[in-house]
Amino acid sequence: MENLPLLVPLVIFAPALGAAINFFFGARLEEKWSGYVGCFASLFSFVISLLLLTYVTGANGAAAVVNPPFFDGWLRIESVGLDISWQQRVDSLSVTMMLVVTGVGSLIHLYARGYMHGDKAYPRFFAYLNMFLAFMLTLVTANNFLMLFVGWEGVGLCSFLLIGFWWDKKAPEGWKNSNAARKAFVVNRIGDFGLLMAMFLIFWTFGTLDFYKAGELPNTEAKYLVKWREHNGLLAHVEDKDEEAKDSGQAKEYKCAPATAEAHDDHADAKSDANPLASDIRALHCDNSRFENDMLGVFGQTSARFGQGETVDFGGFQMAFDDVIVLIALFMLLGVTGKSAQIPLFVWLPDAMAGPTPVSALIHAATMVTAGVFILVRSNVMLWELNHGGYVIGLVITLVGAGTALMAGYIALGQWDIKRVLAYSTISQLGFMVAAVGIGAYVAAMFHLVTHAVFKALLFLGSGSVIHGVEHGHHHAREHDRHGHGDDHAEHHDDEEFDPQDMRNMGGLRRRMPITYLTYLVGTLALAGIFPFAGFWSKDEILADAWHEGFELNELSGFIAFGVLLAAAAFTAFYMWRQIVLVFFDKPRSEAARQAPESNGAMLIPLLILAFFSLFIGFINVPKATPLFDGIYHAYEFKYFLEHSLVSVSRGHSLDFNILIAGVALALGIVSIMAAHRVYKGKGLASDNRDQLEAGGASAPLFRLANARLYWDEIYSALIEQPFNRLSRFLADRVDWDFLHDYFHDSLIKRGFDTIGELLSRPFDLGIVDGAVNGLGIVVARAAEWMRRSQTGYVRFYAVALFIGVVAVILLMIMPFIQIMLQSGA
Amino acid sequence: MNPIGTEPYVILSMVLFLLGALGVLMRRNAILVFMSVELMLNAANLALVAFAREWGQVDGQVFVFFVMTVAAAEVAVGLALIVNIFRERRSINIDDLQQMRG
Repeated sequence: MENLPLLVPLVIFAPALGAAINFFFGARLEEKWSGYVGCFASLFSFVISLLLLTYVTGANGAAAVVNPPFFDGWLRIESVGLDISWQQRVDSLSVTMMLVVTGVGSLIHLYARGYMHGDKAYPRFFAYLNMFLAFMLTLVTANNFLMLFVGWEGVGLCSFLLIGFWWDKKAPEGWKNSNAARKAFVVNRIGDFGLLMAMFLIFWTFGTLDFYKAGELPNTEAKYLVKWREHNGLLAHVEDKDEEAKDSGQAKEYKCAPATAEAHDDHADAKSDANPLASDIRALHCDNSRFENDMLGVFGQTSARFGQGETVDFGGFQMAFDDVIVLIALFMLLGVTGKSAQIPLFVWLPDAMAGPTPVSALIHAATMVTAGVFILVRSNVMLWELNHGGYVIGLVITLVGAGTALMAGYIALGQWDIKRVLAYSTISQLGFMVAAVGIGAYVAAMFHLVTHAVFKALLFLGSGSVIHGVEHGHHHAREHDRHGHGDDHAEHHDDEEFDPQDMRNMGGLRRRMPITYLTYLVGTLALAGIFPFAGFWSKDEILADAWHEGFELNELSGFIAFGVLLAAAAFTAFYMWRQIVLVFFDKPRSEAARQAPESNGAMLIPLLILAFFSLFIGFINVPKATPLFDGIYHAYEFKYFLEHSLVSVSRGHSLDFNILIAGVALALGIVSIMAAHRVYKGKGLASDNRDQLEAGGASAPLFRLANARLYWDEIYSALIEQPFNRLSRFLADRVDWDFLHDYFHDSLIKRGFDTIGELLSRPFDLGIVDGAVNGLGIVVARAAEWMRRSQTGYVRFYAVALFIGVVAVILLMIMPFIQIMLQSGA
Repeated sequence: MNPIGTEPYVILSMVLFLLGALGVLMRRNAILVFMSVELMLNAANLALVAFAREWGQVDGQVFVFFVMTVAAAEVAVGLALIVNIFRERRSINIDDLQQMRG
């Protein structure tokens, strides 16, 4: 049990391996097998995540920090003191995210086997999906900002690849897909800039990027920890030690042992210490005050140093520590608006629906877009300190979130594309989560993240099933038509115009696709927040926290969040019921809808499972004193689970069930649904394929505004894109071409170069350099010509030469003797 | 002890050596050149033996044996070369062999 966290590297490794297999060998695998590889990798990660859940619940919420093998000292530059390790963190927050990602992800993998059946790039699709899972799990299990950023960028890349998955379709369609992919990538880049700036500031300010160091406790006030300490008599014990430490003045003697689960730990170590992670438990009875500041992670340092009047030196200028935290939070918020599709960077998400539907469900509804909410919740210490230090950053976040929720909910009212409605709905729900973070309701945000992941995945998969059915119905109808009337060109032209995602072409699918209808209905009720579906509980908790913050604590952000989110919730119920009526009720409005078949089991089974969870997942966090639920199930189970990772939970409020708020929210949802029912049921479309709201006089301009998506794209185009294009055209034509190319390059550089080149080449190179080299060659050739004559080829000539030489040598040798002889003779 | 001194031997050796040298320089027939070379070698041998006797040391005599051995080997190689040259060009006139002229 204690060693379970060591499995966490596998969570990333399995989908990475699956992606590699499908990428390199996918072409040689049968379709069936590449689907199995993808699904197996995903399910494997899910099983590991479940095991990790048992660890976290079994270890009293103690977090484990794991250093996977081969990654030791991932990024280390000793000379500047940079040492960032590839560390994974297993705590209740990361396990929650892992379960959402792998659980919903596995079901979507299973669904995609049916949905993508027959696609020519089937293995590539599963490779990308698995790669996405690997990066997303890197993001959620990271223990430092850099690793989180690797995952953050990786999921962005996978999002790009999967939005543009059908880039090779025929001309208008393919262009649309690849443009949507590029839009998503470019818009996200702006957000990534924000996250990068936040990371730079964090590193400069704290000297580390780690969330928490090993052995550090995120929340020393967690309820279970306190209980566990009391139970084991450790509280008193700790106080004793504190006394001793104070007396002896050696506080550091009792420093907490690092609770690192080193993957490469040998077993000898483990044996000597019955529980290798016991150091975690030991860590429980020391609080973080025993650490020096620079031994703490980012968040520990934040709570230790915030409000102490410190300054941070930026070389050229200085800044108050608290203000730096504000800057970090604002830059981080920019990153969040990119990834989690908030105002002002949400515009990429509706276009991202160009990707295959499983992708929309997995990446653009359930998991990737929640990364922004996750990073805010992970940084809850900073936000909590800021909120309680008198900064209005919480209000800013609330305004962004609540504004997004209302705006996107309104736009969703006027959309015709079944997936676009859901896309705007996703933006709206993400706004709920961000607003919840803004008012400090981090658990509510995570709770809504979990429930939303389930029912929005269900809705997207359901819409995929509908689209699949209508597409097939369309093929049927065309076949039938051909047989009946022969090949009609006008009809054929009409084919290419046919949009299987347009709700105007649907209607009456309730009878043709009963299971899809039922599951879709469950998802709709969950999203609309109807009792007892999942959305009811999570949305109610956000509203209750907003009420508490606003009406009981008199925070402005609470008032705003409560009012705006209530209105957004009413919109939610209305547009979802409009969709139900337009898609499933009344008479079919096209031949395709009339002949649409129900999808096959591979697609329906995930729908049924998700519908089941949409009904029951909300019970994980039932408030205290809820009628009907009081006593039969633990209250705030999820909250107590999360409080080990979130410092602010136990310092925050724990509210009882408020029947008034729940009643108002529920009544508002039901009223909205009834209103939508009255407007649309039995009437279908108004004349000219117009919406009922568009036909009715007073609501027509409102509908048109929503249908035009509030002109966001047009405004961005006029404000940013066109000036940008004009500027780049000016730079290209005038500055680059006319000035740099024609004048500077051609006139100045080229002519000058030619002149110098001419000078250098003729007199200098040809004259001096060549002359010297050639002259040397000629001299050598002449000398050789003259000397070769000595080689006659006659043996006797050589013999004479040799003889003369020998005689000369001998004469030289005997010369002294001759001299002596001559002298003596003389 | 010995009626004849060393000088006559040395003079004879000198004469033989000069004869050999002149043969090498003036003859055109390769075999005769060869024989002249042998003559020079033996002149040298004679001088060596004579001086060895003069000094009463055995070194010179031993050296002569080596010279004779090497000369025998040289003759074998040289004659083989000459035979082959003759086969090739039907002549052993050394003035004909001047392909290496520069």
